[in-house]
Amino acid sequence: MFWQRTDLPVDSDSLGRFLPGLVAFMVYLAALALAGVMALVEATAAWQADVSSTMTVQIAPGPDDAGLPAAEDSRVQSALALLKRLPDVARADVVGDDTMTALLEPWLGGLDAVEELPLPRLIDVELKPDAEIDGRGLAELLATEVPEATVDDHRVWLDRLARLARAIGGLAVTVLVVIGAITVAIVIFTTRTTLAIHRGAIEVLHLIGAQDAYVADQFARRALVLALKGGLIGLALAVSSLLGLGYLAARIESELVPDVTFGALQWTALLVLPLVVAAIATLTARGTVIRALAKML
Amino acid sequence: MTFDANDSIIRFENVGLRYGLGPEVLQDITFELLPASFHFLVGPSGAGKSSLLRLMYLALKPSRGLISLFGRDIATTPRNDLPALRRRIGVVFQEFRLLNHLTTFDNVALPLRVAGVRESDIERHVHELLAWVGLKDHVGARLPTLSGGQQQRVAIARAVITRPQLILADEPTGNVDDRMAMRLMHLFEELNKLGTTLLIATHNETIVRRLGHPCLHLEDGRLVKVVSNEASSKAETKATSKRTAPRSRVSTFGGASAPRQDSR
Repeated sequence: MFWQRTDLPVDSDSLGRFLPGLVAFMVYLAALALAGVMALVEATAAWQADVSSTMTVQIAPGPDDAGLPAAEDSRVQSALALLKRLPDVARADVVGDDTMTALLEPWLGGLDAVEELPLPRLIDVELKPDAEIDGRGLAELLATEVPEATVDDHRVWLDRLARLARAIGGLAVTVLVVIGAITVAIVIFTTRTTLAIHRGAIEVLHLIGAQDAYVADQFARRALVLALKGGLIGLALAVSSLLGLGYLAARIESELVPDVTFGALQWTALLVLPLVVAAIATLTARGTVIRALAKML
Repeated sequence: MTFDANDSIIRFENVGLRYGLGPEVLQDITFELLPASFHFLVGPSGAGKSSLLRLMYLALKPSRGLISLFGRDIATTPRNDLPALRRRIGVVFQEFRLLNHLTTFDNVALPLRVAGVRESDIERHVHELLAWVGLKDHVGARLPTLSGGQQQRVAIARAVITRPQLILADEPTGNVDDRMAMRLMHLFEELNKLGTTLLIATHNETIVRRLGHPCLHLEDGRLVKVVSNEASSKAETKATSKRTAPRSRVSTFGGASAPRQDSR
């Protein structure tokens, strides 16, 4: 019933000419914004998983520690022994003097200067994926044996990352809302133009006793078909762009760019997008026509 | 002057009409049409005939006065009820107002589709009616390929397909020769005999004279007189006509069975 014939001339009005292209463009932008949000959520989760499974135990240097190899420090040894006894810890390694020197060299210069500095002892800890202990718990345990030990669980870094992710996510949601609003505005504009073009035919339908809904449904059906057409084109373009972007991202091979792959949920969300836009277009067109007809006797 | 609203198909009482802030194009129009009556609406160009018809087929609201259609006061009828009233009126517009992108068939079928009649019924009734108006060979024709006279017949077929109780026609014979004009008039007369009320605006004095139905005479926006052709010397200012057929009779031409939607 919904796909029945129309009484209106449909050859080349503004609805037919502009709506599919504009909706395609809107869906394209919306799909990219949505994909951006979903990729960000994935990437943040990946970063978080990465970072929260590693911690660094830091032991402040004593007055006579300069020159003493880290591995020979008794406090380091007792901390290491404690860490290795814990079931949640997958790996605990002392950051060796050579590594420390190599890390500091770009800032502090040659070997001699570094060797004379009282550097903190660092133990690199990696927790098991299902570990229940967190940074605070580990610090409390270590405090019983090595009071000088502190634990850096990268919380500050994570918090900042989460804030950044939230900000970008908020921005993308704003973009989606703006795109929705622009789509509504476009549909209202094109429907009104089309109404003006078909004014004669609409008046005839009105005068021979058509209810407003009879006329409005004809516009709504057309808007649905045209918006779906445009939406699918926009989605196809967006998916091509995303696949291209994914290919480029994979070639960067940087640890900073986590491997983001979309699952069924994300692809479904993208596929639903043109349907949502088509629904918006259909309801907007219907509402616009009903309001315009209400002005007739 | 008192009217029995239940008796009249349409009743105007002191109706005035102005467009925007302009002068009144219709002033103090008072008349009623009884069921199954047949009237001509005559008067010089610019007298307000089309405006009067527009008020009657509910394309316009009067600036003042009372219009009662099928016993209902239009001013107090909810907007949602107006389409049902419009479906009881068949209108032949002066400029036809056919939909050029549709075929002859679809143009004539339009009022039935709007009324929600089943496609199988529509098919039967439209073919019967098109045969009746001599267009059975042009069922699938696009409107622009038809002559003026043929288009006029399509417009008339569209106006009568739902068996309306009231037919309003604005110069329905303007584009056809005298022979075709008389043929169309006989078609209207047949509908009238079947109980349909008719009001036909025309300049064609020959037709008015030959058919002998009473006339509503408009001049400068005023209904100056009602001329009963049988007794034209007794011109009245009240336009109440004699009934020319029993008002209760329901037209059944061609077996069309569009739902007649009574106003509630």
